[in-house]
Amino acid sequence: MPEFQFSVNGKEVVAHSDDPTMPLLYFLRNDLKLHGPRFGCGLGQCGACTVHLNGAAIRSCVYPIGVIKGNVTTLEGLSSPQGLHPLQQAFIDEQAVQCGYCINGMIMQAAAFLKRVAKPTEAQVREELGANLCRCGTHLRIVRAVMRAAQ
Amino acid sequence: MAAVISRRTALQLSGALIVSFAIPLDSGFGATQPAKKSVDPGNIGSFLAINPDGTVTVFSGKVDLGTGVRTALTQMVADELDVGFSKVILIQGDTDLTPDQGVTFGSLSIQNGGVQLRQAAATARRALLIEAGRRFKIPPESLRIEDGMVHPPQGEPVPLAALLDKQGLSLKLDKAAPLKAPKDFKLVGKSQPRLDIPDKVTGQFTYMQDFALPGMYHGRVIRPPALGATLLSVDEASIADIPGIVKVVRQENFLGVVAQTEWAAIRGSRRLAATWSEWYGLPSRIELWEHVRHTKILKDDVTSNIGDSAKALGEAKDRLAATYDFAIHTHGSIGPSCAVAQFDGDHLICWSASQATHNLRKQLAAMFSFKDAQVHCIYIDGSGCYGRNGHEDAAADAALLARAVNAPVRVQWMRADEHGWDPKGPPTLLDMRAGLDASGKITAWESELFIPDGGAGIVALVGADHAGLNSLGTLSPGGVIQDLAIPYTIDNVKTTAHRLESTPFRPAWIRSPGRMQNSFANESFFDEIAAHAKTDPLEARLRYLQDERGNALLERLASLSAWRTWTKSSRGAKHTGHGLAYTKYELVRTYVGVVCEVEVDRDSGEIAVKRFFVAHDCGQIINPDGLRNQIEGNVVQTVSRVLKEEILFSQSKVTSVDWASYPILRFPEVPEVVMDLIDRPDQVPWGAGEPTAAMVPAAIGNAVFNAIGVRLRSVPFTRTKVLAAIKKS
Repeated sequence: MPEFQFSVNGKEVVAHSDDPTMPLLYFLRNDLKLHGPRFGCGLGQCGACTVHLNGAAIRSCVYPIGVIKGNVTTLEGLSSPQGLHPLQQAFIDEQAVQCGYCINGMIMQAAAFLKRVAKPTEAQVREELGANLCRCGTHLRIVRAVMRAAQ
Repeated sequence: MAAVISRRTALQLSGALIVSFAIPLDSGFGATQPAKKSVDPGNIGSFLAINPDGTVTVFSGKVDLGTGVRTALTQMVADELDVGFSKVILIQGDTDLTPDQGVTFGSLSIQNGGVQLRQAAATARRALLIEAGRRFKIPPESLRIEDGMVHPPQGEPVPLAALLDKQGLSLKLDKAAPLKAPKDFKLVGKSQPRLDIPDKVTGQFTYMQDFALPGMYHGRVIRPPALGATLLSVDEASIADIPGIVKVVRQENFLGVVAQTEWAAIRGSRRLAATWSEWYGLPSRIELWEHVRHTKILKDDVTSNIGDSAKALGEAKDRLAATYDFAIHTHGSIGPSCAVAQFDGDHLICWSASQATHNLRKQLAAMFSFKDAQVHCIYIDGSGCYGRNGHEDAAADAALLARAVNAPVRVQWMRADEHGWDPKGPPTLLDMRAGLDASGKITAWESELFIPDGGAGIVALVGADHAGLNSLGTLSPGGVIQDLAIPYTIDNVKTTAHRLESTPFRPAWIRSPGRMQNSFANESFFDEIAAHAKTDPLEARLRYLQDERGNALLERLASLSAWRTWTKSSRGAKHTGHGLAYTKYELVRTYVGVVCEVEVDRDSGEIAVKRFFVAHDCGQIINPDGLRNQIEGNVVQTVSRVLKEEILFSQSKVTSVDWASYPILRFPEVPEVVMDLIDRPDQVPWGAGEPTAAMVPAAIGNAVFNAIGVRLRSVPFTRTKVLAAIKKS
């Protein structure tokens, strides 16, 4: 069976799949048991599956495993042994969760963004998260959490 | 802060305490049946267990659908029993462990579920104090409980659990057991960080979608290409080349693929060659409202009838009439529905994010001709659920597939399954009429609602329907005739719900079912009347409202939103406006008033909802920040529904099956929400999951009227409809 080698959260991994077009999400969730990234649409439309590939936010539900090169970071890999990522702490501080199914995508999208734009305006945050969907209506708290983390 | 313990740990804990609970209760805990826990809601042992280690296990029939009630219910019980917040373990929605407290819907989790848990805790508290008094040989009134310890005026305190191994305590739930006085609350009324959030922001939380069993297969269903199509043939060889396919399962029109891996199941379900009959049984979308109006009426429910509205309308100097309609909506949970099912002989265990595990148990039992006791349903939090969505249907799918392969099977719906096959909020049509006398006073109010028959019953499981199995379903759109009657005092009123024989799609309740649509018509039409009478919308409501608490709330709302001093502005084609809506939910509970500020572009027809002000009185507030979170969600979700959402369909099926064809609100479009929470600690707590949502449609429509002078009477308020309304005016 074909093998694909890359790293996930700093560890080298080997993915075995007969199908190189299998989206990365299924390897992360089912083989590595990393449940931060979640299946929402399988179409790259909602953002629930967002992870980082070499620091950039990608939609793992449509990203074929066969083309992954480099390091993948998931929500689990965002925090360090020293503690939570500032965004995770900010989401707790702002209580920026209802059901929380979309929150992985919100944090991962925002984490990649804050590395590029350290001190964004609220309008920039809203624009950046424009392709991440939330159904519970937690948007206002999510924006506040990202702004808090950027401080 | 209490930790959210894993389900397995919780069950081990609860299992341990069930057999070790020493008070002989009337049912369930007896030595003869140690493994069977009581779920009789008349017995406090069904709701509570005080464990030897000082923790308290709460068995809640109401479940946390992402609303935060896990935390609020924990506050209520911990406060009433005076045990530490971190000592409470909450088990939810397990048919073997938790009493049936009714479906988790209708803004009732705290109002009914929490109040019942609190009463159980109060019953226990009183019994424990009496027992402690007996032991200390002092009156119970001289004792106090603090952090799970009973303190006598002098001497060593004893833990609550130590009082339990004594015979003779009556633990029947006593509705008269005295509750703590509001001044003594330590947790209730204070914002408590939610128990589930730390795990949800680190990827450690186990959602239904994450749950797995050893040896579990993955399943996917293949739904017909038309709602009523029949399966003519399946070519199993068409997917024989996909490694890991376990079985193609066919039972009448139910078709599914089971595979060793999730990706194989998905590939298999996509590639499986099947032929289906054609079917064109849906009405044409452009004739939807004629279809609704001409659907056979089974009966009329007159929800209010005061004076003689027909006579008063006939005698009125001015008469107004308008028709309102509200589109078909999907729940649109971000995570598609998911379930795991496992058979052990003729016993089925099903893990589901169902809001109604006790009902689901009955439905699954019916499907397999089992007794209810042969089915065990266990709730696990799923993606947000705003009513009866697809969770139960995924459970039926998983059970059908698990039965066919005799192994545990996990089914998660794909996005198109969710949008295409979850039960829908039915299309809703309302005719409104009013009469005014020469002074502009409203003398008559009439409304006619066209809505499917039925209530909040059991919704058929789609997989069972396709497999030709009975799942006890009846036409069940929810409690849709509530809030058709109005909160205002008018001399002649008649409100009638025409209950229809059918509706195009399998209906069910979505957040504030019927109440939202009825409130949309009522509060928009009231605004129309006020404008006709040249009365300010706020003053008009104050005039017809004979309810002190309601009037007080409206005054708070007026201050919060600066209603009386606010002024309109324009820049180019863009015009601002504000609109108001008010209700006393179902006329018996939560008071809520909202003011919406919009900016409408007359050229593009675009409505920008800028800000919502909410004054909210749900009686006693349990967790203020949790309440704020709910109210923000009510507003934002409903702005989305009102501005954008509408199921599209051909005469065969739903065609808006992804987020491109069924768009929802995005971050740049989300309004600010400003609120004034009126806390009444001496009153009973009422619900907050729905009432604000019901106010949003009319408030936006009324604000648009204020901005550009046109009435929007059809949800969603798309640009096309706004431009058409401008052209007509």
